[in-house]
Amino acid sequence: MARTTTRLIVAAALIATAGCAKKTPPVLPPEPVGAQPGTGQTEPSGPVTDTVVPGSQQDFLRSVQSDTVHFALDAYDIDPEARTILDSQSTWLQRYPNVRITIEGHCDERGTREYNLALGDRRANAAKNYLVARGIDASRISTISYGKERPVAMGSDEASWAQNRRAVTVTLQ
Amino acid sequence: MSQPTVLDRHAGLVPASTEPQAQDVRLRGPRHKAGVTKYVWRGLALAFAFGVALPAAAQVEVDVVGGISAPMPIAIPPMPTPAAQGTPAGSTDALGRQVAEVVTNDLRNSGLFKPLGPEQLRAVSMDQVTAPDFPYWGSTGAQALVEGFVRANGDGTLTVGCYLYDVFAKTELARQGFVVSPADWRRGAHKCADTVYTRLTGEGPYFDSRVIYVSETGPKKKRIKRLAIMDQDGANHRFLTNGQSIVLTPRFAPNQQQIVYMSYVNDKPTIYVYNLGSGTQRRLVTTNNLTFAPHVSPDGRWVLFSMAVAGNTDIYRVSIDGGQPQRLTNSPGINTGGSYSPDGSKIVFESDRSGTQQLYVMNADGSNQQRISFGGGRYATPVWSPRGDLIAFTKITGSFRIGVMSASGGNEKILTEAWGDEGPSWSPNGRVLVFFRTAQGSGKADLWSVDLTGVNERRIPTPLDGSDPSWGPLRP
Repeated sequence: MARTTTRLIVAAALIATAGCAKKTPPVLPPEPVGAQPGTGQTEPSGPVTDTVVPGSQQDFLRSVQSDTVHFALDAYDIDPEARTILDSQSTWLQRYPNVRITIEGHCDERGTREYNLALGDRRANAAKNYLVARGIDASRISTISYGKERPVAMGSDEASWAQNRRAVTVTLQ
Repeated sequence: MSQPTVLDRHAGLVPASTEPQAQDVRLRGPRHKAGVTKYVWRGLALAFAFGVALPAAAQVEVDVVGGISAPMPIAIPPMPTPAAQGTPAGSTDALGRQVAEVVTNDLRNSGLFKPLGPEQLRAVSMDQVTAPDFPYWGSTGAQALVEGFVRANGDGTLTVGCYLYDVFAKTELARQGFVVSPADWRRGAHKCADTVYTRLTGEGPYFDSRVIYVSETGPKKKRIKRLAIMDQDGANHRFLTNGQSIVLTPRFAPNQQQIVYMSYVNDKPTIYVYNLGSGTQRRLVTTNNLTFAPHVSPDGRWVLFSMAVAGNTDIYRVSIDGGQPQRLTNSPGINTGGSYSPDGSKIVFESDRSGTQQLYVMNADGSNQQRISFGGGRYATPVWSPRGDLIAFTKITGSFRIGVMSASGGNEKILTEAWGDEGPSWSPNGRVLVFFRTAQGSGKADLWSVDLTGVNERRIPTPLDGSDPSWGPLRP
């Protein structure tokens, strides 16, 4: 998304003063006068900085390796690839200690309704436990299971099922 | 325990319409026994109280034990009315035809009868209701005959009269009258169909019952799910929730005043107890843990449910009025489901403690947990038949199929053969199973039913797609 080049000053102090705020990101200084988005200039001419708020969901998504880890069929163990992903999440979470997250656990359609609710809970907790072991306070992490109710891939094939067996980390804003 | 908030009580619900209360329906038994004593058709030569010898060949019975023999031809002409009167449900002569249609469809859908229904038959007069033209009916090929009438009573109620005749023996087999409010005229028809069905098959009744289920629509990634209730034949369908939150696995309480189900309303997936009369609900238990898979005990006092705590799921029991849950399973792994035996003494549930989903039976207090499934594959969603003899389940061997086994395990029989059949629920007489079938790819789900012998597999029409059906008890 191309934006008019705009310099924003983001002070480290802003992060430090996030303090006890639970939900809202730090307040940004007003944009410099005369800067108008969408004026038709398409090429940024200098170093690109944008309006992503530190500690936000957007910031999370662009900072971590992925918001999603995947699981083998019927399994809930964190494999090496998942470890790397969760390590990157953990690093980000340590940088923004006041951000809370929800981890969603999901299953593919090849399980029965109620068992999948339980398995999704297992997966969410497996990811949570890993982050806690990495030093993230457990009180920052809530979990929710969606069983097989919210697939991301719509097919009935191995590739789709593999995508659907997942735990997704979502920051609470 | 905190009081439910107003938001909880109405969260996600559609406004309740008037739910007929049980006392609206006054049902009376036979007014005339005509000197007929009760006897059982089992191929025996019987002498009647009339003293009329029964011709050896003319034994009106339906064999339900060994699988479906040829469906019995049965005639159901339109029912007359002693006097055509308008009612809120239409005029009584139109209702007489409609009652016969409902009876016809019930009997046909059972798979055991081949009805000649009102659309194929001439009208009969009130005189003929108690004095049928047996030679005529014999000439149609019918072995049994259902006649009746619809009458507007002076007090705003209707009477549905129902008579069952043996065409060959030229005798009356059953006679019942049902008093209903006009809004409940279909119940009178279902009661008549039940009278016919039970008399001719020896099975328990099931037509006067309802099914609760999850109505589905929308794309596979984001299904819109709504609780819905309907008569077992699909009539009187209405939605109970508004589709804004995922709802799952509804089940009736035996008193039919309450439904337990799981909802994601307010992003807190948990179990609610919904009151059909008031159209409001409350949370079953107060916890931040995921609670799901509710089942009500046969005496209506307890709700079994599953609770996931830090990745481990166990089965608990709590009073339907709420309170302190009692833990029943305590094993590492996933323990869920949980369906009571009809006498309330035992519970069948699923557990993966052995490594894969299998069926276990325990006492109602959680003691003596024994595995009962040992076939190849995985077993899930067990439900105990109201007759106590069988447990139905979803069997997973790649595909999902509906099966039954004896309550002690063994004698396993798979009833369906499809890609994704799941979640069986028993009819009140333990004869028919309703379940949902998911299509490969699209994930589209529909309600289906099958006889416990594996025949008469048929789709149950619903306004939208459907899943998670639960067949309620016989209505009193």
